[in-house]
Amino acid sequence: MLMAFGLFSWWPILRSLPLSVQRTNFLTTEWVGLDNFSRVLQDPLLITASLNTLWFAVLALVIGFPVPILFAVVIAELRRTRGLASVLVYLPVIFPPVVAVLLWKAFFDPSPTGVLNTALGWFGLGPLAWLNDGDLAMPSIVLQATWASFGTATIIYLATLMGVQTELYDAAETDGAGAFRRFWHVTLPQMRGVLLVMLLLQLIGTFQVFTEPYIMTNGGPENHTVTILMLIYRYAFVSGDYGRATALSLLLAAALSALSWIYLRATKRWSTS
Amino acid sequence: MSAETERSILSRLDRRRPGVRVALGVVRVLVFTVLVVLCVGPLFWLFKAATSTSTETLSAPFSLWPSGVHWGTFAEVWTKVDFARYFVNTLWLMAGSLFFGLLVATTGGYGLAVLKPRYAKAVYAAILATLFIPGVISLVSLYLTVMDVPFLHTNLIGTLWAVWLPASANAVNVLLMQRFFAAIPGDLFEAARIDGAGPFRIFVSLVLPMSRPILGVVSLLTLVGAYKEFLWPLLVLPNPEDQPISVALPRLETSGDFAQFMAALFISVIIPVALFLVFQRQFLRAAGNSGALKG
Repeated sequence: MLMAFGLFSWWPILRSLPLSVQRTNFLTTEWVGLDNFSRVLQDPLLITASLNTLWFAVLALVIGFPVPILFAVVIAELRRTRGLASVLVYLPVIFPPVVAVLLWKAFFDPSPTGVLNTALGWFGLGPLAWLNDGDLAMPSIVLQATWASFGTATIIYLATLMGVQTELYDAAETDGAGAFRRFWHVTLPQMRGVLLVMLLLQLIGTFQVFTEPYIMTNGGPENHTVTILMLIYRYAFVSGDYGRATALSLLLAAALSALSWIYLRATKRWSTS
Repeated sequence: MSAETERSILSRLDRRRPGVRVALGVVRVLVFTVLVVLCVGPLFWLFKAATSTSTETLSAPFSLWPSGVHWGTFAEVWTKVDFARYFVNTLWLMAGSLFFGLLVATTGGYGLAVLKPRYAKAVYAAILATLFIPGVISLVSLYLTVMDVPFLHTNLIGTLWAVWLPASANAVNVLLMQRFFAAIPGDLFEAARIDGAGPFRIFVSLVLPMSRPILGVVSLLTLVGAYKEFLWPLLVLPNPEDQPISVALPRLETSGDFAQFMAALFISVIIPVALFLVFQRQFLRAAGNSGALKG
């Protein structure tokens, strides 16, 4: 156990630190100081990749965060058919990510006879270019990513809803609160702990997005879907520049740690006040 | 909890009111329509695309088998595009990940929860810490580590060891095990020790048989994780002949016939879906469990 963690978990984490200030080609290793970091920061693609990643995170938040809450609350009211609904909701999560991404890539076929374009045609809309359209490519990827992941969050929220204190519903009802106000004033506050954690985990996850844009667009069209992790991948495994890749990894990890720290502090104050 | 005593946002009184009943019925139909279209629809379409000809699907994606069901495509995929090889690779990858994952998680959990050497607290903290460090930090350095393992100085790239060993160092699994073992009453260990059982005997004939439920959860999480992995096997298994399904599929997209590609996707998804439908209770409980750990 100690060997597994030592060699493949702790050692790589520690090794990132010296690696980020070295340049290595396996034969010779030289210390280059902060050169790797300055070369990362001078890359014009870094700003593009950061903005794209941020755009992905925001879209995934706006589209992907409320959907599972809505599904969980409604499914919880269905009672007898709750089990069947849970199974259906969880089905997309069972898709291996690569299969889901490739299937949606086929759905996004830009020709008028593509799956989604045909469906849009029924309503007199489209056809859209989906992944070939610079402005539409990222929202399309978010659509797929949301489809693939909303089941997990729904199941977790459903489990949380089972533990909500029901006396408060009785009290709210006696006070004449309708269904929506009961949801707003009783259900949501009791879910707050889980919601806050899930929000942070989702943010951390979306900032490390790779598989979806890598398979669907490989960063295109015209770098509209290049993400930070894709940049790390290209530095390390396309150009063989491990030092530069590690430097960017450390920057991203530092940004994520700072984000978590600020988030946890802010929400702590908010929940105690 | 019986259905009689529990309530949710709507009370029993609400549910008797005719207006609420009709509204609930409408919502029920609506929710299930959405879920069937959204969640079952893609799976059904994939099956249809796999058993239709490429031109049929590409020219009219919603037509239902205009020239009959072509079952032969599945056999073609199995033999022509070497899918059988990728499938066997995937099985090996999963089996090894399961073996090493369970080995590390059970021995680690046992050491931390039961044996408790003096340095156990430090190890526990170090394992917990890896949960909070974003995985991206060690992607590149882990790759370099696997290329030249410290002390052993061997290169694991191109072998399944490069997938098995890093996957076995899974902090969540060790912590799940540790929590479960720590909840076993200490009297049992006391009694076993008095009967003369050593730490290894206690582990094999007392702890492991008692931990079936948690072993099931950890096995499930490990197997699903191994089947889904993409980036890491892509990096460490560069030779196409060694790759699992998940890494090989994107290559099939550009190389083969569209219907064959759809059939390959369908085979890849129907196996986990079938397992899910059989073990749905365990899957959903594992999903809810991971939520409890997060919350």
